[in-house]
Amino acid sequence: MTGGLHDVEAPAGAQAQAIAQLWHVLLPVCTIVFVAVLVAVFVALRRAPRATRETAPDVSSLSQPEPALARAVWAGVIVCAVLLLGLLAASVFTDRALARLPLEDALHIRLTGYQWWWEAQYDDPAPSRIFTTANELHVPVGRPVIVTLVGADVIHSFWVPSLHGKKDLIPGRPQTISFRADRPGVYRGTCAEYCGYQHAHMVLYVIADTPNDFAYWAARQRAPAAKPASALAQQGAELFLQKSCAMCHAIDGTGAQGRNAPNLTHVASRMTIGAGTLANSVTNRAAWILDPQQFKPGANMPSQNMAPDELAAINAYLGTLQ
Amino acid sequence: MNVRAACCVVAAIVSLAACQREKRDFEAPTKAVTPPPVRLSEIQPGAISTKTSLEGKYEDNAFALSEGKRLFGWYNCTGCHAHGGGDKGPALMDRVWIYGSEPAQIYATIVEGRPNGMPSFGGHIPDNEVWELVAYVRSLSGLASGMASPNRSDTMHVKAPESNVEAQQPVTAAPSGASERP
Repeated sequence: MTGGLHDVEAPAGAQAQAIAQLWHVLLPVCTIVFVAVLVAVFVALRRAPRATRETAPDVSSLSQPEPALARAVWAGVIVCAVLLLGLLAASVFTDRALARLPLEDALHIRLTGYQWWWEAQYDDPAPSRIFTTANELHVPVGRPVIVTLVGADVIHSFWVPSLHGKKDLIPGRPQTISFRADRPGVYRGTCAEYCGYQHAHMVLYVIADTPNDFAYWAARQRAPAAKPASALAQQGAELFLQKSCAMCHAIDGTGAQGRNAPNLTHVASRMTIGAGTLANSVTNRAAWILDPQQFKPGANMPSQNMAPDELAAINAYLGTLQ
Repeated sequence: MNVRAACCVVAAIVSLAACQREKRDFEAPTKAVTPPPVRLSEIQPGAISTKTSLEGKYEDNAFALSEGKRLFGWYNCTGCHAHGGGDKGPALMDRVWIYGSEPAQIYATIVEGRPNGMPSFGGHIPDNEVWELVAYVRSLSGLASGMASPNRSDTMHVKAPESNVEAQQPVTAAPSGASERP
């Protein structure tokens, strides 16, 4: 859908940088070991004595030990031990580098994984400043982020390769992951633990903004939904409450207070709908509302029996929710 | 030999019954399923038609029943009926029915609402989901297929699973004052 950087080799944060460095050690070492083993096997095959049916079995090694063989085995054991210890040390130092991220003035986000979407709640000491969004995280560049990971139904896994490694969202066991984005950009993440039918359509975008852009975005997210300006949007707002939408979705500032599906207060400001399933365009939104099962079979949103004018009104209203 | 033959027959029956059990319809029916007439009286003119409804459309289907169980929580049925034991609303896991136990009657209860507090959900819940809820509500007192009823909860277990409920012969109770109900 909407692109976004999704690449371990293109780190955008200090931690992803450390992980990429570890990868650049692991890959050559393991390649060398693999090639060496292959060469040894082929040499052994080539040098094997070609015996015929009549040749007596070669049992000479029983009576006289083979010093060369013992030397080779010892050399192999020592080389393996040194390499493994080296990789272990590299891994330990990478782990320490990951944990060393300074966390002063961190942004706190509570990220809940559902089948199959993400809910993000931006925490704040003042309750009135807490806001909820879905499937998209905005973070300020250069400021650390502490994400509390919560699994709502089954185990999911948070993985934004350009920013950090993976961490699971385990139901009943909240845990945290912290990262920092050092360059502005759009970083794509996915659920990295198979979580059911639509696991592949559970995408999370992390958008790293400059601090000013982030403050602007957060201020807009805190505001309740815009009042519909046109007559069509007004009709859509009423239909949203009259039809089944409000049974699951919330739009802050209106009577829609469902808590089972993504909060739609600022849905038009997001890049995608259906957790990265479709780009957020007028036509895609209409097609999605009418029949989400066509794009994401098994998702909890039911197909709607809706007259075309009703659909147009609701879609127009959602389009105003910037 | 007889035992083996009996086993084969049982296996064949079970496998036939299982066909409906696992069927999943992700595509909702394109047009609304018209509910059959709701009969609150047993007296009818002419021939007595007892078959009231779409019984069996969802009641043998494990997916529909488990969806009904999920929606029972999502649409806040639990807010008044608790997990079947009843609270502000009447209990649903007992054999007493005030407005009828037939699927069409439960459908009408959900869609049209009832006096003394049952809200009307017509238009707010897609038609096929109402039928899933109907099947699940019936499974609470063992009226749906025991083979297909949910046998576990996604959340903390608060009662025996629906698949373990003995089928209870429905009896109709006159609506009493809301305050007298448990």
